[in-house]
This record gives sequence, structure tokens and C-alpha cells, in this order.
Amino acid sequence: MSATPDSTIPSSNVIWSGATALAGRELIRFLRQRTRIVGAIGQPIIFWVLFGAGLRGSFQAPDWARELEQPLSYQEYFFPGIAVLIVMFTAIFSTISIIEDRREGFLQGVLAAPVPRSVIVLGKVLGGTVLAVVQAGLFLLVGPLLSHIGLSPGLQVSADAGQVVLAALFLMLVAVELTALGFLIAWPMNSTQGFHAIMSIFLMPMWLLSGAFFPGGGSDWLSWVIRLNPLTYGVAGLRRLLYAGQLPVTDSLPSMPVCLAVTVLFAALCFVASVALVSRPATHNVTS
Amino acid sequence: MKFLDKPVTAISHPAAEIPAMNTTTPALAVSHVDHHYRSHQALDDVCFQVERGTLFGLLGPNGSGKTTLFRLLATLLPLQSGTVQVCGLDLKSQSADIRRRLGVTFQSPAVDPRLTVEENLRCHGRIYGIRSGDLWRRMDELLQQFTLADRRRSIVGDLSGGLRRRVELAKGLLHSPELLLLDEPSTGLDPVARRQFWDLIREQQQRTPTTVVVTTHLMEEAEGCEQLLLLDKGRVIRHGSPQELQQSLSGQRLTVRTRDNAACRPQLEALLNATARPIADRLCFRIDNAAQGLQQVMSELGTQVVAAEVAQPTLEDVFLETTGRQLSAGDGESAE
Repeated sequence: MSATPDSTIPSSNVIWSGATALAGRELIRFLRQRTRIVGAIGQPIIFWVLFGAGLRGSFQAPDWARELEQPLSYQEYFFPGIAVLIVMFTAIFSTISIIEDRREGFLQGVLAAPVPRSVIVLGKVLGGTVLAVVQAGLFLLVGPLLSHIGLSPGLQVSADAGQVVLAALFLMLVAVELTALGFLIAWPMNSTQGFHAIMSIFLMPMWLLSGAFFPGGGSDWLSWVIRLNPLTYGVAGLRRLLYAGQLPVTDSLPSMPVCLAVTVLFAALCFVASVALVSRPATHNVTS
Repeated sequence: MKFLDKPVTAISHPAAEIPAMNTTTPALAVSHVDHHYRSHQALDDVCFQVERGTLFGLLGPNGSGKTTLFRLLATLLPLQSGTVQVCGLDLKSQSADIRRRLGVTFQSPAVDPRLTVEENLRCHGRIYGIRSGDLWRRMDELLQQFTLADRRRSIVGDLSGGLRRRVELAKGLLHSPELLLLDEPSTGLDPVARRQFWDLIREQQQRTPTTVVVTTHLMEEAEGCEQLLLLDKGRVIRHGSPQELQQSLSGQRLTVRTRDNAACRPQLEALLNATARPIADRLCFRIDNAAQGLQQVMSELGTQVVAAEVAQPTLEDVFLETTGRQLSAGDGESAE
């Protein structure tokens, strides 16, 4: 018989129910596409090992590394950057599917459902974040073990259980930030090619210029770009948490509260902008 | 295609068989709806009503505005002018309530091909906010009804087109909508799958008093509807049951194909005392006594005639008579 109000859950919970349903769909789809796992975690590990070995000789450690007990190898410098790269790749892969969803038709079913459109953003961000944190977390746990088979030098990272939890929470923030940013880019697009173009001229440079790949102390303009890049604070915050707060504050390594504040602010900005974007085209008949 | 032996409107239906609530409000009331895409007018003063429990068809060629109308009713396009009431609720101010009462099946599939049948339904049910217990019960019911029970763990992308459509329909009915909207539902289905799909829709209508509004450009689908709205260039051109529409045309249709239509046309027109309408490679005439006309044609022009046919007027003819154009040709005009 017809749906009476009693058979449906209260409207305040509908958003949550819808968002977790969409996030669950994300996870199922991810697990059914093995190539995505390889792409999102395999490529960064290969980057880490190859660049780590190849650039070892030409790397000049930044100022803050002087206080470490042993000289900082390039591969160790690159370690948190790779975790952020995994988060970025995962965010890109999950948000690019918005374009497929629109083209294949799945999205129209969600748009016609009695839920606010923000459920689409929430579901995407939730699903992308879970996937990103699990994968980047796996890398952070497995990465140091690679030294046992000679693929990485010994890392000086030291984190107790509390630090691990904090690092996971911080990774979550970075994942929300990057998934919401990816959503913002993907929503107006009607082809995945367009997204790939934005990825190579905007997202990849954003990562390259975040202190993830090189410290960039050599030139003034470069260090300014790095300082203005919100992702710099994501990489730096994660780096700090991996060293149990022992690193000094320098120009290229902002303090933890600054990292946290910038990351939270930028994540919130991207999320709010995404919600505003999805709600926009049909403000006349969707607002309720 | 068979007609359902079923009253057309709720008014002629004994009140006892219809749920007590809102029996008097129509399932759908559309009045003076216009819609523009920049300078192009897609809908022009569209007015009609759909009584509860009706199988209602929106028939028109490509570009007639039926998809625009569908998207308006599905609350996917903002209403620019005019009013639409769904089950007595105003589309502009109560769209959230309307969405709960609407089941929508789109022309392009809205199921996720990488998920199983069950996963798709569960995801949809949760987006619609159906409680977990009700959701499982409803899923079991629908999977049984649509003979999909043994496919519940199959990946939708591996199913045949006909089965995938059934999943689509089950998804649209999961939250027990009062009004089911179907946009060109049998696109891409072979004739057998198409018939099965329509049987399911009729069966569903017999189980619960669901109102079904379906857009189509196919004659045989339109003939199966209880009420029809003929659309052309965004305007309502005719409205009524298929029988009423067909009976509104007097006479019969004589279709002739000759070796040289252009050369034979004046002769034929003079002979039959009627104006020819060329359709594809044939000439069509609507005359009172087509059988006699056929005899005349064969005796006068027999050597020139490749094929000739006499038929009762169809919905195609109704459309042709009213607009002067063919329905199924799709004259290249697009909705957007």
C-alpha cells in the first residue's frame, strides 16, 4: 500500500540514511573494481620507492630536519607526501564517478528522491574519506616495513597509539578536504576527460607544491606558492604527527595549530561550496 | 494489444474499491504549464488531468515536449509558469511531499550496473528513508512479484535488458508510490520483453490502485493506455481514450505504394476524390469506403501499384489528421 509517514524514518535521519547508502555503494563499487585499488595505492608506492632511490643523492634536507637524530633521507622526507598523494588519488577516483553517475543515469534517481541534494555531497565525501583513510593508513603502516626488504631506508618516524589515532583523524580531515574539492571540480563537468585535464593542471601541481615532493626553499616565488597552498598544511600537519611533535617550527613547516586551522577551514569551505553547488540549479522546486 | 477491462476514472468506480483518502482529488492536475529553454518554447499552455488508478499515456514524436513534461512532473525541472498538483499537493511548494508519492523510472537506466539487484534496491530504499524492516519486506514482495527472487544476488550489469528494466521498475515501486512516472520505458527492449514489462505494469495496477503516467512514441504502447494525451510542439492536440480518439475519425485509410508516387499522385487523388498524404514511400488517403476505392485503384492503375492496404484509422492517423505530420518519423526537432 501507499507509503504512509509511519513507514518512513524521520526527515532528520533521512539525510544520514541516504548519505550512508550512497557511501556504502561507493565502497562496494570500489571493492568490485580491483584496478582502482592498484591505481590508488600501487602507483604511490612505486613513486615512493623509485623517487626515493633515484633522488637520494640530490636531496638537500630542509632546516627543520637538523634536529633529527639521523640525517633525513629523501625517501623519509617523501613519506607523508605519499600518504597525501594516496588520499588525493582516492578522492579523484571517487569524485570522478559523479560524472559517470550523471551520464549513466544513476544520479537522476537520487535527484528525484525526497532528500535534499546535499545528501549527494555527504555520501560522496563520506565514501571517499573512508576509502582514502583506509588506504593511506595502510601505506603508513606498511611503508616502514619495506625497509626490511631493502626498498626503503630505515624511517625515524615514531608514533605511539595516541599519535596513530591523531594521524588517522588528521588524514580524515585531509580526505574530506580533497574529496570535497574534487566534488567541486567534478560536479559541473560533463566528461571525465575534462576532469583529467583539471587533474593535471591543478590537482597534481597542488600536490607537487605542497611540500610533499620537495621542500622548495630554493626560490622566493616557489616558497610563497607553497605557503599559499592549503594542502601544504595538510602535508605538514601529517608530518608533525608522525614525528610525535618533535619537529621545530620553521618557514617551510608551520606549527600544528596552524596546520589544523587551515585544513579545517579549507575542508569546510570546499564542503559548503559543494553543497551550495548541488543545490543551485533547481532552487525553485527543491528547497523545502 | 489488449485493453484492460477496467473503469477509466475514479468517478465511475465504486467508492468502496478505492481507499477512502482523497478519492476526489485527481492523481495529477496540470494547468496552463509553459516551459522555455531560452528562446525555444518546449511546453505551451499544457492542461490535463489524470484520475486515480488510470494508465495514462503521453504520446508524441521526439521534440513534442513530453520529456520536458516528464521532467517537470518528476520535480527535476523547476516549474516556470502554470500549476501542477500531484495527489492534491502543489508542485512548487510541496515538492518534497510529492517526491515521496512519486515513483520514477527514467528512459536511461538509473540502476547501478556494478551492484547486485538487492544492493540497488536497498540503496534506493534507504535514500527514500524506508525503515529497515519495511524495506526488507517490500524488497521480498517486489522480487517475488517481478520473478527476480533468484536473481537478487546477480550483478545488474550481467542481466538481460528485460530483467534490468524489471529491476528498474521494482526500484520505482519500492516506496509504494501513488503515482508512477515512466519515461519511454520499453526503449531498447525486444518485443517479448516489452510485452512482459507491460504485463507487469498492468498487474501492479490491479494489485494496488497505482496511477501510471507513461511517455511513449510507440503506437502499440499508446493503444494499451486507458487515457491518452497527444502532444505536438509543446501543445496538447488531443485528449481521450484510444478508442475515442480513433472513433473521432470517420472512414478508413487506404495506403498505396506505386512504382512512381509523384507521377501517380494526381491520378489517384482525382480517382479517390481525396488528398494524398505521403508517408515514407507510400501515399495515404482517408476515405469513406476504402474497399471500393481499392477496387477502383486496382482496376485503373493496377500495373503501377506495388502494394495497397485498407485499414481502420489508428492513433497514427489521429496524429496525422491533427498535425499534418507523422508521429513516428520524429522530425528532427529536439526537446532541449
